[in-house]
Amino acid sequence: MKLNRLLTMSLSSVYNNKVRSFLTMLGIIIGISSVIVLVGMGEGTKQKVASQIEQLGTNLITVNLTGSRSTSVTNKDIDNLKTKPGIAGIAPALTAGSINIKGGDVTATTNMTATTPNYSQIRKVDVSSGRFLSQNDIDNRYKVAIVGVDVANELYKTTDVIGSTINVNGVDFSIIGILQQQGGGSSSGSNDDTIILPISTAQRLLKNTNIKTFYVEATDKDSMDTAMGYLQLFLNKKFNNDTKSYRLFNQTSLLDTANQTNDSMTTLLSGVAAISLIVGGIGIMNIMLVSVIERTKEIGIRKAIGAKRKTILSQFLIEATFISGFGGILGVLFGYLGSYIMKTAFKTPVVISNNVVLGSFLFSLAIGIVFGMYPANKASKLNPIEALRFE
Amino acid sequence: MSKDIIEMANINKIYKMGGSELRALDDVNLNIKSGEFVAIVGPSGAGKSTLMNIIGCLDVATNGEYILGGVNTNCNDDKLAEIRNKKIGFIFQNYNLLSKLNVIENVELPLIYLGEDSKSTRDKALKALTRVGLDSHGKHKPNELSGGQKQRVAIARALVTSPEIILADEPTGALDSKTGREVLEMLQDLNDEGNTIVLITHDNDIAAEAKRIITVRDGRIVSDKPNFKNSNESYIATAAN
Repeated sequence: MKLNRLLTMSLSSVYNNKVRSFLTMLGIIIGISSVIVLVGMGEGTKQKVASQIEQLGTNLITVNLTGSRSTSVTNKDIDNLKTKPGIAGIAPALTAGSINIKGGDVTATTNMTATTPNYSQIRKVDVSSGRFLSQNDIDNRYKVAIVGVDVANELYKTTDVIGSTINVNGVDFSIIGILQQQGGGSSSGSNDDTIILPISTAQRLLKNTNIKTFYVEATDKDSMDTAMGYLQLFLNKKFNNDTKSYRLFNQTSLLDTANQTNDSMTTLLSGVAAISLIVGGIGIMNIMLVSVIERTKEIGIRKAIGAKRKTILSQFLIEATFISGFGGILGVLFGYLGSYIMKTAFKTPVVISNNVVLGSFLFSLAIGIVFGMYPANKASKLNPIEALRFE
Repeated sequence: MSKDIIEMANINKIYKMGGSELRALDDVNLNIKSGEFVAIVGPSGAGKSTLMNIIGCLDVATNGEYILGGVNTNCNDDKLAEIRNKKIGFIFQNYNLLSKLNVIENVELPLIYLGEDSKSTRDKALKALTRVGLDSHGKHKPNELSGGQKQRVAIARALVTSPEIILADEPTGALDSKTGREVLEMLQDLNDEGNTIVLITHDNDIAAEAKRIITVRDGRIVSDKPNFKNSNESYIATAAN
């Protein structure tokens, strides 16, 4: 029997039972659209993080000291390190998570980073109005602050706040600059919900001179290894070779860590989506089995007038594949829709690759073939005489 | 001299149930020539359905030889399906039309399985429907038709591949006597045009419409006589020789 007739025959069967066919393909639709959105989110986040890290420059080394309060370096250590070959500049940073701030009559909490003027250049952050920290501020422990757009808006409902006061942990600071809008953020909050203070001022304010993070700029790309070497030497010496007490990140390792976390997350979520696809396939098999039983008489009639075993098998197999394949197409469309919603309503980056779309669609076809085979086989093996007697 | 369409020799159908044997057909010998109108009659359980299933290649005899239109039916499932497709036209008591297809799609189905292209299948299906007087009903669904109309569609479907035999199993069983009469008359006309008809029934009055009556009882042919009221001239002539 001609192939296009077979296709038309199978398609009509699926079309004649529209509601049932649609309900059957729901599993596939949900599975495929989830895979596309989740993998897309993973890829989108990956690309965004990569571009963010790349923006930081290839010469940046981040040093984090882990462990107790005593694992820290002093201002003197920083000054010492600055002189080492390969190192162009170091910006120490004191960070705190929930700092109480007050402005006008609004109270809030925000993130604080206390650092030196070269932080701007080393970490590539800049002000959109006003100025950044100056050495003068550091030397004199001036109570000045640079605030992010979200902080300005929250306290004063405007970003025109240069000269206004911001009260930090009970002490009044003067706002000297507004940070350029970053957008995005992480689990700890938006990048614009932050304030920057001079490190000397903050150390006195928080009564804490322990520096646990500092950013090192290597002189150029080729000096990275030298700089890393000196840093390691110093840190090992200071902490008695306890390599667990510090972490050195350069751009590559930052990227790797970010990717690793991202990848495991994406794999986990995709695994869940894949399971839902398998469940969808089982659903198809179930419905096809019911369909075969319901259509026993029909199969008997077709066989009586000349359908061969393989014709019946092909008909039911194609029906199952139509259901799963069409479900795959709808899944892809809903995947695009879901990604659009993620991007606009939830501001999550989503990148859909053509490979993922094609792969998902082909997988949905495969599910139809695999899970449709058993019922199709059963249908083809029916005895025509018994089938004709079936009511 | 017309040729043999059905040649059955020593046909047995034996079912093994546990330790015992059930002989549904016991040493059946049967010859039907082209152009005949034969009725196979008998009470239920006599074996006529079993015989019909073997004639129609829906089932295979346990032993014996059955040659249909010169082709030995001792072959695999696929070949049997081909034989059913090309050589046999079935008519069933409850019509057995596909409810999801319309009338013309039902009639052209055997041709689709034959592998013919769509222009040819449509033309032949329309021709068969015209022959049974239903060419204006092509787009209707079976559930929109009366019993008599449905049976006529089934007849059109049976004719569409120009089969060697038309096998009718209780074709009037679900119809009232007037409509049943019309169907039988149509079968008569088809026979007059040269089609070979084998009619299975338990009703002697209906069997009397045929030109040769074969009686089956307990799996055996107990009588095989021309029907003198209706018989073929040539058959009497050969029988007399």
